[in-house]
Amino acid sequence: MYETKYHRASSADEAVKLADSADDGQFIAGGQTLIPTMKQRLASPSDLVDIRNIDAMKGVNVEGNKVTIGATTTHAEVADAPQLQAVCQGISDLAGHIGDPAVRHMGTIGGSVANNDPAADYPAALLALGAEITTNNRTIAADDFFVGMFETALEDGELITSVSFTVPDKSAYSKFPNPASRYAMAGVFVAKGGDGVRVAVTGAGSDGVFRHSGMEEALDANWSADAVAEADVDEAMMLSDIHGNAAYRANLVKVMAKRAVAAAG
Amino acid sequence: MGVEGIGARVLRKEDQRFITGKGRYTDDFNRPGQLFAVFVRSPHAHALIKSVDISEAKGCEGVAAIYTGEDVAEDGLGGLPCGFAPGGGPQNAPPRPALLKDKVRFVGDMIAVVIAESVALARDAAGKVNVEYDVLPSNTDTGKAMDADTPQLHEEAPNNVVMHWEIGEADPVEAAFAKADHVTSLDIINNRKVPNAMEPRAANAEYDAAADSFTLYTTSQNPHITRLLLAAYVLGISEGKLRVISPDVGGGFGSKIPFYPEEAVVTWACRKVERPVKWTSDRTEAFLSDTHGRDHVTKAELAMDKDGKFLAMRVDTKASLGAYLSTFGMLSSTYLYGTVLSGPYDIPAIHCKVSGVFTNTCPIDAERGAGRPEATYLIERLVETAARETGIGVVEIRKRNFIREFPYQTAVVLQYDIGDYDTTLELALEKADYAGFEARKKKSAANGKLRGVGFSTYIEACGLAPSNIAGAIGAGIGLYESAEIRFNPTGSVSVLTGAQTQGQGHETAFAQVVASKLGIEVDKVDIIHGDTGTVQWGHGTYGSRSLAVGGSAISAACDKVIEKAKKVAAHMMEADAADISFENGEFSVSGTDKTKTIGEVILTAMVPHDYPLTDMEPGLDQRSFYDPANFTYPAGTHICEVEVDPDTGVTEVVRFTAVDDFGNVVNPMIVEGQVHGGVTHGVGQALFEKALYDEDGQMVNASYMDYIIPHADNVPSFDVGYTNTPCTHNPLGVKGCGEAGAIAAPPAVINAITDAIGVRDLDMPATPQKVWDTIQANGTAKAAQ
Repeated sequence: MYETKYHRASSADEAVKLADSADDGQFIAGGQTLIPTMKQRLASPSDLVDIRNIDAMKGVNVEGNKVTIGATTTHAEVADAPQLQAVCQGISDLAGHIGDPAVRHMGTIGGSVANNDPAADYPAALLALGAEITTNNRTIAADDFFVGMFETALEDGELITSVSFTVPDKSAYSKFPNPASRYAMAGVFVAKGGDGVRVAVTGAGSDGVFRHSGMEEALDANWSADAVAEADVDEAMMLSDIHGNAAYRANLVKVMAKRAVAAAG
Repeated sequence: MGVEGIGARVLRKEDQRFITGKGRYTDDFNRPGQLFAVFVRSPHAHALIKSVDISEAKGCEGVAAIYTGEDVAEDGLGGLPCGFAPGGGPQNAPPRPALLKDKVRFVGDMIAVVIAESVALARDAAGKVNVEYDVLPSNTDTGKAMDADTPQLHEEAPNNVVMHWEIGEADPVEAAFAKADHVTSLDIINNRKVPNAMEPRAANAEYDAAADSFTLYTTSQNPHITRLLLAAYVLGISEGKLRVISPDVGGGFGSKIPFYPEEAVVTWACRKVERPVKWTSDRTEAFLSDTHGRDHVTKAELAMDKDGKFLAMRVDTKASLGAYLSTFGMLSSTYLYGTVLSGPYDIPAIHCKVSGVFTNTCPIDAERGAGRPEATYLIERLVETAARETGIGVVEIRKRNFIREFPYQTAVVLQYDIGDYDTTLELALEKADYAGFEARKKKSAANGKLRGVGFSTYIEACGLAPSNIAGAIGAGIGLYESAEIRFNPTGSVSVLTGAQTQGQGHETAFAQVVASKLGIEVDKVDIIHGDTGTVQWGHGTYGSRSLAVGGSAISAACDKVIEKAKKVAAHMMEADAADISFENGEFSVSGTDKTKTIGEVILTAMVPHDYPLTDMEPGLDQRSFYDPANFTYPAGTHICEVEVDPDTGVTEVVRFTAVDDFGNVVNPMIVEGQVHGGVTHGVGQALFEKALYDEDGQMVNASYMDYIIPHADNVPSFDVGYTNTPCTHNPLGVKGCGEAGAIAAPPAVINAITDAIGVRDLDMPATPQKVWDTIQANGTAKAAQ
């Protein structure tokens, strides 16, 4: 790790200002990606702005049918929030299976979403739930937010403050974990709500998280695991690496989708 | 001593410090004024070094010195010696300088060392050492290493061949195959494993100018051997001028047996910079440079008569040794491999050929089991496959071929002293509820899962080793063990052993041996190891030898203590020494009610106010050097049941039964821990692990993001049992248990998967993708049958 300057912000505005005034400032929340990257000297921010002490950016809030999760809420907090379990078990289950207990008690939803790792779990949930990502100066629809592998609509210096979504009628997430890292090799989040069915896939796509329109149409017509089995998963869109080639991942997407639909009930 | 002695489940004395974070590992030691070393390693698998420019790096903040391969050569620092060269053929052993100056041969090979005031500063400067390479094509495929057009690593080894080695007689084997009714043949790849010790390697060297001597703290399974090799062969100093200390060692699995170039460089450099020099490996360096294990490509054949009686076995193996010969690299693929090919079976004729080859990969050395897992894997895959091909049945074929008369002379040198393979098999069948398997299979099928069962009836040769055999087969050292027992006046003892724990529980198990022998409580027995400055001599811990050889040395030293103590007791009780008997810590005079406790005798010997000083020296301290008469032969039956998910190819080990004959068991709790760990190790090799090198020689899974080691949720709760035929030739009747699981489990797992999905061939690791592909290729219909 190279030398870096540490700051602790007490408001989103202060955090943005601190990062902005640095040569190469970076926000840090749980640091589950940033710290290992810095330790390997693959990242060397001049300044780190810790956003974990900003009260307004923490916690899970359910009001009516609207869920809002502060950006620095840890995976463990999301998984354990009873008010969220009551209305959207899918995202609670997802959070409860990210990484391991140490990761879940440090990593945050905002960090995961901002990083948009192609094998991260949360992007699939937010995309399938039609969530909105709120930053220090605007609100972005998930459909517009996740641009590509490790790419988002965030501008330089823009800070996610919360994510929100409307409670779905049904939802579930099914993940095939990479046996080494336990990141998703194929993770499928299915959600059925007022606007119809949305199916989002993480871990498997060659350009990051994506929605699968074929499965959405099939499930709109017939909400059943069998309906998913008929859908076509294009191998050309799949990642291929030492853990699984495109054909295998295409198969996993189908299998995980079937299991997610079955789990959603 | 029933509650503390041999056979008792005594809680591990060392765990208090380990689980409270008080263990002291090499990296926990810091010497006054120490500097930190960072090595400049090759990013290329095979390249000529055109130039090394250290001018910019030398000017960096905090840099004390930078040394290159040229400096090592100029100083005449010796290359790394190879500690074992098998007899029976030429060995093309090229030199291995501690730092390279002309050519690099694997990613991680070392070109220079930067020594600075902190690790961070050393790393900064190391990044500024400019090395120009002329990159050469690489050779990373063991099976193709000897091919004519394969890039060659060393001038000294034409066609990359280190040695052609063989064991057994070819003619009887050929004759047996000619008349066989059935031949089973398998092409087998035994996957290259990364050892993955939890504690990365580290070394911290200090030079005392006044005494003209060195102290090296290092992560070693055998500090005396490190001292021998470093002092005598590399530094060219007398061994008395080098003290090697291996404090707590956090796992080794064989990778901390070899002597490494980093140890040579920091020790050499600390005198040059006149300050202690410390190096600690990071995890990436560990993946790239801790010696790997296995990496065999083998054709194996088994010949049978019409009744399924084995007639002969023929084995042809290409074994990678990596880019250089590691200290004992050639041992694992020769004598620790070919000699156990008979397994627990009566096989009249066996012939095994091994070609040891260089590839542009990390050097190979021992890895938990070392040769015996490779042998066991091919035997048990052959036997299970033969049983299925002939329809004889996997249990029946074993029963028809088990050795039942002992001693048994195998066709591959070793002579087994004792065993009872039927009893372990029967107990395992019972514990595993083999009779209920078909019902469980139906239940799995109803849940969409494919259930399979696989066997492994293994034997291993442990307790390394009779020194005369070690010498005859090419080892540069003896393999006996030493023990010294030192008494304190108030009755406590220190036991100095040449075995060196890496977490196995020696401090408890050895204390139990002393408790049983001398009647002294476990808490009063301190086990001292891992320091050449205090321990008389030792060969270390590997090859499941510590209890069988090191423990036997302790036992023998205790016998000497008792012999002398009887004379002391005789004096105290005014009796003849011949009339003294000793039991449960008490000396008594036969035919009388006179007794003296061991504590009273110790006090009298240590404080000899009333003592026959004209006849005997005071004190009771004794020392013993124990050289085993034979190897020990643990054996057992492991039965694995898996469920395969045909939709994803995921294999779940749902049931694992291990019944082992380890001879007498000193501490069943510790032994069970070893079995659990060993089996998990084997499951890792079977399902997950493989060091993957691409064709450019880059290791593409050199981190835990990509290299899969088994997690706790990958194994079931194990069902463990014992049978016991005590070893006939050591005083404790023990055989060793540390490697059994890693040896036995891989074929049991693969036999179970091939049973589940209905295929004949499946290489390790059986990753989800590979199993799914295999099911696709063979048709799920067949799999579901």
